[in-house]
Formats: sequence, C-alpha cells, structure tokens
Amino acid sequence: MINTPDISITPVPPGPGEKAAKAHRFYLNLGPQHPSTHGVLRVILEMDGEYVLDPQPDLGFGHRMHEKMGETRPWSQFFANVGRMDYVNAMAFNHGYAALIERAAGIEVPRRAEYIRVITAELNRLASHLLWVGAFILDLGAFTPILYTFDDRESILDILEDITGSRLTYSYFRVGGVMKDIDDTFISRTRAFIKQLRDRFPMYETLVNTNVIIKNRMTGVGVISPDMARRYGVTGGVLRGSGIPYDVRKNAPYSVYPEFDFLVPVGKNGDSMDRYLVKFAEMEQSLRIIEQALDKLPEGDFRAKVKRIKLNPGMTSFSVETARGELTFFLMGDGSDTPYRLKIRVPSFSNLSVMPELCSYMLLSDLVTVMGSFDLVIPEIDR
Amino acid sequence: MHELIPIIARALVYAIVMIAFGFVNALVMGYLERKIAAKIQRRPGPMEVGPYGILQLVVDGIKIIGKQLIIPKEADGPLFRFAPLLSFAPVVLPFIVIPFSKELQAKDFSLGLLFIVTIASINVLTIVIAGWSSNNKYSLFGAMRSVAQNISFEVPVLLSILCIALMTGTYSMQGIVQAQDTVWFILIQPFAFIIYFIAGLAETNRNPFDLPEAESELTAGYHTEYSGFGFSLFMIAEYANMFLVCSIATVLFLGGWHGFKLPFFEYTGAFWFLTKVYVLMLVMVWIRWTFPRVRFDQLLNFSWKYLIPFSLVNLALTAVGIKVFESVRGMI
Repeated sequence: MINTPDISITPVPPGPGEKAAKAHRFYLNLGPQHPSTHGVLRVILEMDGEYVLDPQPDLGFGHRMHEKMGETRPWSQFFANVGRMDYVNAMAFNHGYAALIERAAGIEVPRRAEYIRVITAELNRLASHLLWVGAFILDLGAFTPILYTFDDRESILDILEDITGSRLTYSYFRVGGVMKDIDDTFISRTRAFIKQLRDRFPMYETLVNTNVIIKNRMTGVGVISPDMARRYGVTGGVLRGSGIPYDVRKNAPYSVYPEFDFLVPVGKNGDSMDRYLVKFAEMEQSLRIIEQALDKLPEGDFRAKVKRIKLNPGMTSFSVETARGELTFFLMGDGSDTPYRLKIRVPSFSNLSVMPELCSYMLLSDLVTVMGSFDLVIPEIDR
Repeated sequence: MHELIPIIARALVYAIVMIAFGFVNALVMGYLERKIAAKIQRRPGPMEVGPYGILQLVVDGIKIIGKQLIIPKEADGPLFRFAPLLSFAPVVLPFIVIPFSKELQAKDFSLGLLFIVTIASINVLTIVIAGWSSNNKYSLFGAMRSVAQNISFEVPVLLSILCIALMTGTYSMQGIVQAQDTVWFILIQPFAFIIYFIAGLAETNRNPFDLPEAESELTAGYHTEYSGFGFSLFMIAEYANMFLVCSIATVLFLGGWHGFKLPFFEYTGAFWFLTKVYVLMLVMVWIRWTFPRVRFDQLLNFSWKYLIPFSLVNLALTAVGIKVFESVRGMI
C-alpha cells in the first residue's frame, strides 16, 4: 500500500547553496528523558525539518563504575554487580562472570549445574525478548502488545522468583554451580509455561507481525549490510538480522549448549523487520533448548565443593550470548582473589555505535524505529 | 423585537447546554476509553473511585484544576494561555447545527454542513498556536505535522461529504436526515462512509494518525509543555472533536435520529442519534488501542495517493448515478 521511504534529501555539496542549506538546520535533543530512548540515553540530532542529518549518542548518564568496582574488591563481592549491568537479562551476565571465575581458577562444574544454568539463562533470555518485543511495538505507537508480552514475561519472573529469590537482578549463579537446586514444581511450571507461550505465538503472529502498518514501518528501515555489521562489530540479533549466522552458543559453544539441537535464525535484508523477526524466531529456539534440557536433566550435585579461590595470574576471558549479543568478560589476575583488571565488553555498545552512520538522512520516526530495533539497554552501555 | 427574544433565549440555553455537554462528553468518553482500553489489554482499568471506578474522571478533573499552570520561560505567554481556550471554542460552535432529534437543534440553516466543516478547521490554528508559543521543538514538530495532516485530510472529507450533498441537494443537516427516511445513505454510499471515517480519524488526530502528539517520537507533540487545565482543555476538545466527526458521520450516513419510533419521537430521537454517535466513537477507541502509528510520509501518501483519488472517482460515479436515476425516473 505504502512505498518504502524515499529519502530525497542529499548532502549539499560545498558551494553557494551550502550556507542556505545550513541555515535551516537545527539541533534536537532526544533524551536523556525521552519516552523512546528506554533509559538515560541522550542523542543529539542535527536536523533539517523532519530529517535527521547527524545523530550523535551521548553516553554515560548511568555510569556506576562497575569495572572499577570489579578491580577493587574480591570477585565474590562483585558478583551482585553483574546482574545490575543488564537488568533485563541478568542471568546471562551471571553466567558470564561465574564461568569466567571458574576458568580463571580452574574449577569444574557439575553437569546438573550446567543444565540448570542453561534452563534459567534461556528463561531469562525469553523474558528479555518478550519485554523487547512489547517495547519495540510501543515505540511504533501500539500500546496494547506490551501488556500481552508482559503477561507472558510475568510468568517467567514468577518461575524464576521461586528458585532465585529475586525477579530482575538475579545473583543465582555461584562459582562452581548455582545457589539452589531446582525441584519438580519448577519443572512442571516451566513445562506449563512453554505450552502457554507456544499458544500465544500464533496470536502475536496474526495481530502484530502481519499487521500492514507494522510491516510498512519496519520493512526497509535501517538496513545494515553484512559489511557494515562487520565493520562496527555488532552482535546478537542485529548481526543475525543482517544475515550473518553468528551466535556464541553455536560458534564458540560454552556450558552444555553443544548437547542441544537448536537453530540460529538469520535475516535476509538487515532491516528492522528482519531484526524483529530474528528475535521472534529465537524465542521458539529458546523454548526448544529449555524443553530438551528439562528432558535430559541429569542427577547429581548442583554445586561443586569450592575452597578458597585464588585467580590464576594471567589473562582469562569468557564470552556468552546474552539476549542482545556477545558479552565478553576479560580478566587479568595477579594470584590474589581480586582481579587486577576486569574489562566487560557489552553488546549494546557496539550495536549502538552503528547509529551515526546508519541513521543519517533518515526521518525522525525511522530513527526511533531503528533505535527500538537494536534492543538497547542503556545501563549496560554506561555500566 | 419581541419575536427575537425566544430565539435569543434558545441560543443562550443551547450555548450553556452545549458547553456543559462538551465537558460531560469528555468525562464519559474518558471513562469509556480507559475501560475499553483496559478490556482490550486484559486489565481491569479504573476500579478504585466509586463502583467500577465511574468517579475516576471526576477525581482526575479536580486534580487537574488544582494543578499549577506552568508557562515555560521563553514561551510566548499570551498566546500560550490563549491556545487551549481557542481549541475549545471551535468545537462548541458546530453543536448549534447538529440535529440531536427532530426538535432538539439550536438552529437549522441551509448551509449547516458547510458551517461545521468551516468552523472545525479552526482547530488546526489552535494547534499551530500551541506548538509555536510553547517554544519547544517537539511542540513545533507536532504543530507542523498537524497542519500538513489536516490540510491533506480535509480534501477527502469534503469530497465524501459532497457525494451526500449531491444526492440530497441540500446542506441543511435536518434536510439530510429527513432524506434518509427510507434508506440510510451508508447502504448507497459505503465507500464515501469508509473514506469519511478514515479521514475523520486523521482530522481528530487519533491513532493510527496521531502524529501531532506521537509520544514515542515527539514526547507529547503540541501539548508537551501544557499542564493542568490547559492540557485538559486540549483533551476535552479532542473528545468533543471526536463527537463532532462521528455526529457528522451519523447525520450523513447512518440516518441521524431515525430509528424505531419511541414516544415523543420529536425529542426521543436523540436516543438513537447518541447511540449511533457513541458506537462510532467506540470504534475509534477500538482502533486506537489496536493499531500502531503510521509514519508521516506514509500518512500523506495515503491521503493523496489513495483516499483523494478514490473519493474523486466516487464523486464522479455519484454524479453519473444521480443523472441516470433521474432520467430513468423521468422516462417512467
């Protein structure tokens, strides 16, 4: 019905016309308290009418010195911080940090613990994806879907609350395992939830994904070519939306992920619609992983007996796939229990770094769409 | 002189009643919208104040009146205060010609329909004033969008109204209603109705065409800087505007106050009229809570490339149809 955007404004070449063209330009301050920046991101937009010429993200409003905190106290005292960086997908950060310490100290994790880690991490990934689907559609102006996805997400939070004790910023993983074993109630509730979410998918499909306005708003908006994606080092759904099948769970497997049968969905065109559909397809894959893990769940310990841990001198790193992309913890130890250096590479930062190039000469509404499609969690960037 | 007194008295009573009606309409619609949105989103909605929360909007009104009216530092003060008042005036005036029933009408004049359309387009001016005087770029964006949107959607509105005017040969609201004695015009002119309703959604700045106040892009659009009663006047005007658009649709396409005969039908016809209007308004609410927002260029394209050509074709077909119908009738 409606054509793909026709960006008719092109850069004015230097010369007599330049000054006149520049006179029309003005700056618009998007954020840090704007409804569509989802947190404290400020974007300074150079605008010409409704067209964004040059968006420059201004970061750091939520800076809490997490990396420095990790270097000034023993690893065990830093554990609660990792869940606070990305509060939407705290379990993946837990997983990354716990596995990093295990690798740095040479600790073996029991298989049952690994399975529990995978189940809870995937549940948390689902919660994050569901939140994002709702929030993204909200950015496009439809208020209703977010309340339905929140409904599903609420079930996950209830399940996780029972075993972890918290709803959002978990510190459930322990070095050498997890805090608490899962029980039959957890398993039956998780199975019920899998069925509930599977029943919901057709509704999302018919009401949201095939809606003509949604299609027109997303298709062809913010196309990231595979080349551009590689240049900026974007990861996660943004990278897979551009057609590059890279998923840490497949390409550099950790934990017990190689034992499960799941697919890595990729997009074709790299536009916002592909990024959206990729994440949507990932939810089904997460459900499959959880199902298989519940079926194969081994008996045994849920936590290894760990004595006082000293971090080995030298460099260690560990990558996990969060809901937003590749998360890498890098640690330099000096033989004590406090890391000498802790560097955290978060996915949202590299995903956001595409924006200045991607969103120049774009409508303001499209910028909001693109920003929504990145699934940004700002505190993770600022950390 | 003596014969003027009843006319003036009637006009005065109507002015008071209509302003009160505007406020009551906003209360009712505000409540219904929140309840229906809640039903669509599977939550209870307002439940605390009064049974089923029916007094929620009254409490909200008291809260809003009690709020401080903040005027931004660099804003154009007089214009900033004036804009909400001006937004309310043009939605009260057209109530003069709306035929609630055969007798319940302030004044029926021969150009009633044109009068409504003319007055209603002042609404754009208020949005521009509000957007400009706020001294806020988001407000200005909202105002500029509103102008483009209203100008491009007024054309299909007028073209579809013209189809009815061609058929009835009158602009008088009462005359159009009486012409639908046997059959409602929605059955003869379904396309004109659809075009009118879509364009009407855009005229009232309702979702999916609520670009002047698109909250995910422009925070709140032209009323970003308004608080307290200034903001609530805009809201009341929006609901009154919805009522206007829907009542025109009812008069033109749904047979106005026609319906099953009730006792004292000269007056109780208002029941059917209001029922039809509120059903249409609830459809608007339903659409708002179901659809996402279109993009600005898509919106304008939709008007100029689809609605206007279709309504032109519809108008031409109507003209031909009337001519054929009349000549056939002449031959018989």
